[in-house]
Amino acid sequence: MSTLHTVNKSPFEKDSLGTCLDFAGSGASVLLIEDAVYGGLAGTRIAPRVKAALDSVKIYVLGPDLAARGFAEERLIPGISVVDYAGFVDLAAEHAKVQAWL
Amino acid sequence: MSEPIKKFLYLNRRAPYGTIYAWESLEVVLIGAAFDQDVSLAFVEDGVYQLTKGQDTAGIGMKNFSPTYAALGDYEVKKIFVEQESMTARGLSLDDLQHLTWEDEDEDYAEKDSIQVVSRAELAALMEDADVVFSF
Amino acid sequence: MPIEVNGKSFETDEEGYLANINDWEPGVASVMAKEDDLELTDEHWDIINFLREYYEEYQIAPAVRVLTKAVGKKMGKDKGNSKYLYGLFPYGPAKQACRYAGLPKPTGCV
Repeated sequence: MSTLHTVNKSPFEKDSLGTCLDFAGSGASVLLIEDAVYGGLAGTRIAPRVKAALDSVKIYVLGPDLAARGFAEERLIPGISVVDYAGFVDLAAEHAKVQAWL
Repeated sequence: MSEPIKKFLYLNRRAPYGTIYAWESLEVVLIGAAFDQDVSLAFVEDGVYQLTKGQDTAGIGMKNFSPTYAALGDYEVKKIFVEQESMTARGLSLDDLQHLTWEDEDEDYAEKDSIQVVSRAELAALMEDADVVFSF
Repeated sequence: MPIEVNGKSFETDEEGYLANINDWEPGVASVMAKEDDLELTDEHWDIINFLREYYEEYQIAPAVRVLTKAVGKKMGKDKGNSKYLYGLFPYGPAKQACRYAGLPKPTGCV
């Protein structure tokens, strides 16, 4: 069983997402919540880094946080999945542990 | 008591909802608008995310305050600067932002654009020119 | 202290503003006005309804001068002035009318 990493800070304000991706082992999952959902958007300065990470980790975005910020799922980097709160719980249950990057 | 009009610049650098800064700034702007000063708002870095259209907070149980930006024109806030470099770094264009306007009473309430896209250098000059910069 | 309207109880804050804007119904305004010894006329309702529409659109209760200007634009200059509005709502159009309309206290009102 692998780890579910959660990130909640904007990647433009703090490098929590970058650090998380550096540490996340192959097969891990990364869930972007709150301001970290901006890290899942295509066409941004940090998108290439996130895209490259998709080769080794699964990346999810919390849908309600994305909608709150005015972005549709189509704006995400292809390969990133959207989950709702129930999906968040499922992910947490499927992984051995949850590690938060604040 | 006629004091000279000062140039107030509100500098917004944070995304909405993740922290309280964006809403606090907006409240201060609305309160400050009563003081008849020369008010400008600048949105840089993650602050540009405050103005995205289509925000829907129903799922996160927070107040959606994005409609309030459209009231700024009523409060005589007519100068809203958005930094180009910040939008580019985030893959955003003007189309992603709300269309904010103010009405010119002297021209039969003609609607005029409030948002001006500026470069980092232009914004630096605006900061230099301001008497007071409120940072959020 | 909660107020009673048509047998229903509505929560208010310490200044008498409705705790939850979505609870509002016209009877709330009538009861609040009665407590202030004020008879609500069509002219009062025009302003109350206007405030509710304003809140619906912008999610804020407008400051007095913003309200005055907006009323002037929508209902004409003869109504968009403080004399007319204070005539209707002697405790202040923004404060009193917003309270009747179930809105929070206008931002910047102390």
